Parts: sequence; structure tokens; C-alpha cells
Amino acid sequence: MKLKLERRAAPSALVSGATPVLAVIATMIAGGVMFWALGANPAEAIRIIFWDPLFGDFASYTRGQLLIKAGPLILIAIGLSLGFKAGIWNIGAEGQYIIGAVVGAGVGLAFYPTESRLIFPLMVLAGAFGGWAWAMIPALLKTRLGTNEILVSLMLVYVAQNILASMSTGLLRNPDGMGFPGSRNIARDFPAAANPELIAGTGIHWGVVAALIAVIFAYVLMTRHRMGFQIRLAGEAPKAARFGGVRPRRLILFTLGMGGALAGLAGLFEVAGPAGQISIDFNSGYGFTAIIVAFLGRLHPLGILLAGLLMALTYIGGELAQTMIGMPAAAIQLFQGMLLFFLLAMDVFANYRIRLGRTEVKA
Amino acid sequence: MTDALLRLDGLTKAYPGVVANSDVTFQIKPGEVHALLGENGAGKSTLVKTIYGLVKPDAGQMHFGGVPFAPANPHAARAAGVAMVFQHFSLFEALSVAENVALGMDDPPGRRQLSASIREVSAAYGLPLDPERLVGDLSAGERQRVEIVRCLLQNPKLLIMDEPTSVLTPQEVEILFHTLRKLASEGTSILYISHKLEEIRALCEDATVLRLGKVVGTCDPREKTAAELAEMMVGSALHVPERTGGEAGEVLLEVSSLSLPAPNEFGTALRDISFSLRAGEILGIGGVAGNGQDELLAALSGESLAAPGTVKLSGQDVSRARPDARRRLGLLSAPEERLGHSAAPGMSLTENALLTGEIREELTANGFIRWAKARGFAERIIEAFDVRTPGTETAAGALSGGNLQKFVIGREILQKPRVFVVNQPTWGVDAAAAAQIRQAVLDLASEGAGVIVISQDLDELMEISDHFSALNEGRLAPIRIARGLSIEEIGLMMGGAHDMQDVAPEARA
Repeated sequence: MKLKLERRAAPSALVSGATPVLAVIATMIAGGVMFWALGANPAEAIRIIFWDPLFGDFASYTRGQLLIKAGPLILIAIGLSLGFKAGIWNIGAEGQYIIGAVVGAGVGLAFYPTESRLIFPLMVLAGAFGGWAWAMIPALLKTRLGTNEILVSLMLVYVAQNILASMSTGLLRNPDGMGFPGSRNIARDFPAAANPELIAGTGIHWGVVAALIAVIFAYVLMTRHRMGFQIRLAGEAPKAARFGGVRPRRLILFTLGMGGALAGLAGLFEVAGPAGQISIDFNSGYGFTAIIVAFLGRLHPLGILLAGLLMALTYIGGELAQTMIGMPAAAIQLFQGMLLFFLLAMDVFANYRIRLGRTEVKA
Repeated sequence: MTDALLRLDGLTKAYPGVVANSDVTFQIKPGEVHALLGENGAGKSTLVKTIYGLVKPDAGQMHFGGVPFAPANPHAARAAGVAMVFQHFSLFEALSVAENVALGMDDPPGRRQLSASIREVSAAYGLPLDPERLVGDLSAGERQRVEIVRCLLQNPKLLIMDEPTSVLTPQEVEILFHTLRKLASEGTSILYISHKLEEIRALCEDATVLRLGKVVGTCDPREKTAAELAEMMVGSALHVPERTGGEAGEVLLEVSSLSLPAPNEFGTALRDISFSLRAGEILGIGGVAGNGQDELLAALSGESLAAPGTVKLSGQDVSRARPDARRRLGLLSAPEERLGHSAAPGMSLTENALLTGEIREELTANGFIRWAKARGFAERIIEAFDVRTPGTETAAGALSGGNLQKFVIGREILQKPRVFVVNQPTWGVDAAAAAQIRQAVLDLASEGAGVIVISQDLDELMEISDHFSALNEGRLAPIRIARGLSIEEIGLMMGGAHDMQDVAPEARA
């Protein structure tokens, strides 16, 4: 008797849809073992991470946090998924997120303290533009010079971080801030530029609305529009795409551009809302986590919506677990890592089936 | 039964959904050239992989030289005296002949000694080779020699050759046959796999015919006609495509001085290609693989853009037009590689219908896809070309080669092209589907379209072409009328023997 992996003729749609659920369950089990080894009650730890943020004692606060965290993750992941579907790997959403925030906040703060209804929409455009422009650097280098977009987009994250540091200590520093680094607090001190909570207690701000619109937009694009078809085609069979009339360069510019613009938007909504100001440590890794979200959601818009919510849940639940039962932060990160690990491992079952022992022959 | 070198008894191997070999029994005598005959998908490859230790049978035994033989891997098979030349070469272009030979040996001798033995063996069997040359500089025929010499250095008792002539010109085939006959006369058995009937009749003394994994007959191919062999192989008499009517009309496509650099390191540059194609005409373009076929198709389809004025469709310059623009004007094409080039394997037939049908079938409106209409188009293709599939939402990659090819050809032909360019229309397709595809191409020409068929199957080209030419190192030979061309003339157009010497012409045993 031995185990054998046998390739399926076509990936099983059923298993493919079920793997994220199975991965979550496997993560709960393996994570439970880890929490038990750390001396915690595994059932309690799992409950704190997955249940308490929604229905626990502090749910009135944490529920709002859920959407605040999920919004940017979903918005960025949707943009990334377009490129990933086409086989274009934008790893630098974190940088595009930062530049979107810096440009958007900069445009807003330039009008301080003017009060006009036009300022916030202008900032939204500027944020999207900032992210788009930052993504155009790897896009143009790739289309003109054939550079690798993975490396260029990733390295531009570090450039963006330095720009952010320079901005918060220099150009955008709050003139009334007594020399402390960081810009004026847009959310608190500049109502015309602020991105407020739209419905009190829900955490919904314009970024969450934008994320929902992006989900719908991406769904329609991928299933109904020629561009979505070309994106899927290019990822599936690049030669067939060329033969079919797809222009690879256009696709690179479009998908990287969209990814950058959405990441830039996420940055702008964050800086004008939950974060409130440009500061040295403004970015918190949304751009990288969104890569996990995109894959956890199977690069499908609705999947990304669910994956973004789930990821936000583990973040908030993880923080609760740290404060309530004293789990170390590293354990929480390990727990999130397990989720991605199990998802990738479960993928094997979508493409292969397991056979026991020798195959019986049917003549 | 002890006189058989290799005896197979009831070999059976099943894969999910298909039985590749079922109860296969036959034997090969020492010094015999034994043909293994069958269509694509008949189970020939699985069978020889079993003999070579690459596949483990589910049931059945083998005896080699009278003792039970169950090689766990190719290493064990080679140690027992089985050598194999694969259809696709496994050579490193950047290494020399000697280095490549050494890499394929289990226990290579020293460099100088190896070079000496390569020279010796290659000269003895009429396969002259310079051990120091880079494989990248060799022709396909010479590369095959490297593989053969690599096998011969191990003094095999059984040499397996998998479709060895698909990359050779007729002259090169003749040289290969001399070598094989000499080997057989010295006692080496040869298992020769092919679906080319005339070759088997010329070379082999015994034949085992496979159909759907089963042995359906054995015969002495020298005593059968090609038609009889074909019938054994296919199981029914073949429909021979017919041409009806059709007079050559006005010039549709005019290519003048088309030159293109090689698209990549391993591509071929097109050099000064000129021809014209009239309405109702079928131009057959032959040539050994890798002499510019893919590149010519890409230049005509619009995947590669050529210098202005080099490609004209009905007088209109389309050299700089992209594939979709050319489709709009009626220039359609079907590349050789089905999976990944002319079709996207992971996508449904509906989506694959949309792939090239978008413009002429109006499958989009304002950029939005009309899925119902696309599905209808896919249904029409499936219906008209008898594509066997569960439905339009099946992934293209799940179709058999022949069915997918019918779909791809049907997709273009139903769009009523004015000029249709197709590369290897029946490659890897079973005989019945091949006949159907050729008939469709003939009908298309009869209706007034101009058709270019690029193929490595010379019989196919002679059967359907009005005019014939061949590609050799990116150059197109002067176009001749197809009828009445001799096989020697065709071979010379394809580049002759590429200066390979035939030093053992009298080696027939």
C-alpha cells in the first residue's frame, strides 16, 4: 500500500472552491495545537481570533475595525488580481499605496485651510494618480526595456518608504507641529479633506465604498468585457493571446496602472481617514498582505471580498489574542502564515487526486 | 520461443480514463527490423516507454534474451542492451557533440577516447560526425545522428527508433535506412515506430499493428500494399479527399521580398520570400521542421510585423497590420501548436471561439462580450466539423488532438476567410479526422479562397496542393506545379541531404 498522487485531467471545480474553507479549518487545527503548546486553551484562542471580533465583549469597537482593515486590503488586492491573472506580477503595491497617500495628502494640504467640497474629490484623483504613476515606472521599464516587473516594483517600495520619511520630516511636516515629524492631521483638523466614518460605528468610510465598487467593477470586467477576457487569455496562454490580437504591452500598462491606481486610492483613503496624517510609519504592510488576500480569494473578485474580510478578522482577532491571553505577536504572524501555507497545500488536491496502492486495471 | 530477443506477453497499462495498452503480445527476433505501426494515440509510445523502463506496466511480462525483463528505469534498460532514439531530441545546443554524447552515457570514457570512438562508430555506420562541433550548428538530420551514435556506443541489442524520419528530408531518410539495414545485418534488432506506411514497407520485415491499445494484426509489410496497412491501422477504408471545380482567380495575397530576423535565439530568420496566391489556389509549403514555418505563419497572421509593402492582401498593404486588423480584411490563420497557440487549453470552447472569432462573427459590442452569440458560434463549429465534445463549456485542453484540431480549423473556415494560412493542419490527428480536415481545406479553395498549407507531411501536400514550394533555412524555393513533382525534386527543394554523405550505400544485407 502506498499513496500516489495522480494528476486530474482538469482541475476539480468543486475542490477548487472548497480549498479555502478547508485551509481555514486546517489552520484552526494546526494553530490550535500551537496555542496549546504555548500554554493557552486552543478553543479559547480560536474563539478569540475568529469569533470575538464579531460577537465578543468588544465587538462594538472591533466590528468597525474589521471594515477599516478589510477596505484597503480588498481595494489593493482587486487591483493586483488583474495583473496576476494576466501573469504580470506587481509586488510593489505597498509603494504605490504610500505614493498615493503622499500625493493625495499633499494636494489636500496645499489647500489648507480652504473649505471647499471639491478638495476631497481632487485628493481622490491625486491619490489614484500617485499610485498609477508609481506603477508606471515598472510598467514602462518592462515594455520599453524588458526589465522584470517583480524586482522593479518591489524595490520601488523602499524608494517610496524613503520618500515618505522625507515628506513627513520635510515638505509635508506640520508647520504647527513644534518640529515633530508628520503632517497635519487631516482627519481631525481639516474637514474638507477628511475621509470620515460615513455611518457611525460601522467603520465604513469612502475607502470601503470604493472597495465594494472595485469588486463589482472587477467582476464585470473579468466576466463580461473584452479586456477581462484578454487578461485571462494572456495569463492562460500568452502565445494564444498574441495570436488572438492581444497587445501585451497594453495589457502590462493597463493592469499595472490599475493595480497602482487602486493601491494609491487605498493609501489616500487611509491617510485622510483612519491614519489621519502622513507619518514615517504610515504604511503598515497592507500592500504586501493584499498579495495574500488576492491569492486566498483565488484572484476572483468575490473571493477577494471574502478573503479580505477573513484576513482583517485574523488581524483584529490576533490583536485581541495578544491582549486578552497574552499570545506573542510572532505566534499570531505564524498563524496567519499557516493560512497561506495550507491554502497552497490544499491546491494540490484541486490538481491531483490521491490514490491508495496500485491502480486497478479496467480493460 | 528462445530465439526471440524480446518477447512481450499480455502487457497492459491504463491511465485515468484511457487504456493505453491492453494485452499486448508480440516478439522481436535478433537482427530484425520490426515495425510498430499505429495512429496517434494507438499506444505506441506507452509501449516503447515500457520497454525502455520509463513506464511500469499494470500487468504482463517481458522477456529479453530469454530471461525475465522488468527494467525499473532507463538505466536498467540500457544496461540490459536496450537503446532508444526519441522523436524529440534531448541535446544541449550549447555543448559539443562529444559532450552531449557523454552526458547521455551511464559511464562515459575519457574525452579523447570518447571522441575517437564517436569518429569510429559514426564512420562505420555511415553517419559521419565531428565530435567537436557544437550541436547548435547541426542540422536536424545530424542531430539525430548524435542520438543514434550515442546509442550505438553502448552496443545495444535492441535499438528503438520513435518516428525518426519526421525531421528528415527524403534524401536524409535514405541515408538513415542504409545505416539501419547495416545495423540489422550485424545482428542488432530494431523496433521502428512510425505511421508512415511507405517507409515501413521499404525497411521492415515484420510489423505489429496497434489500434486503441490492442494488437490488431501482425504482417510482413513488404507483402502488403500501403492501403492494406492503412486499413489495418485505422480499421476501416479511408475516405480520400476530392477536389471539385475551382479555377484560379485573381491574386489575393502577394508577398514580396519578405525578410524578418529570427524572433529568438532558436528561431529562423525569413530571407527574401516572395510569392503570390490566387483565389481558389492551394499552395503547399513543405520543409523540415524549424526551417521558418512558424515564422512565415507569424508574418502572415500579423503576430510578427514585417517591413511595409512586403505583405499585400488584394493590393492593400497589410505588412504593419496586427492580427485583428488582418482578420477584419479576411486573412485568417491557424498555427501549428494547438495547445497554447491556436487555442488556450484551460479555456472553454466558447472562449476559444471568441479568441479569433470576435471581429468577423461580431462577438462583442462596445467592448462587451456577447456570450450567447459566442456560444452559438462554438456550437456551429462543433456541429459543422463533427467535434466530439460534451459541450461548448468543456476546456479545449480536454479534447483529443484530432477533435481540437477540427475545432481550430473549423473556427477559421466558418469565418469565411479570403485567404487562409494553416501550419501542420493534420499533425497528430487520426486518419479519419485528417481526411475530414483536408476535405474542408479543399472545399474552402473550391469556394474561391486562397489557401496556404504549411506541412511536413509530403503526402498530404501532394494530395491537396496546386502549387508546391519548400522552406529551407528561411528561404522559399521557387514555386512549382505540384502535379508530377518527383520525390527527388521535392527533396532537393527541401535542401537535399544537407551535404550529409551517404558512405554506406551498398550496405543492404
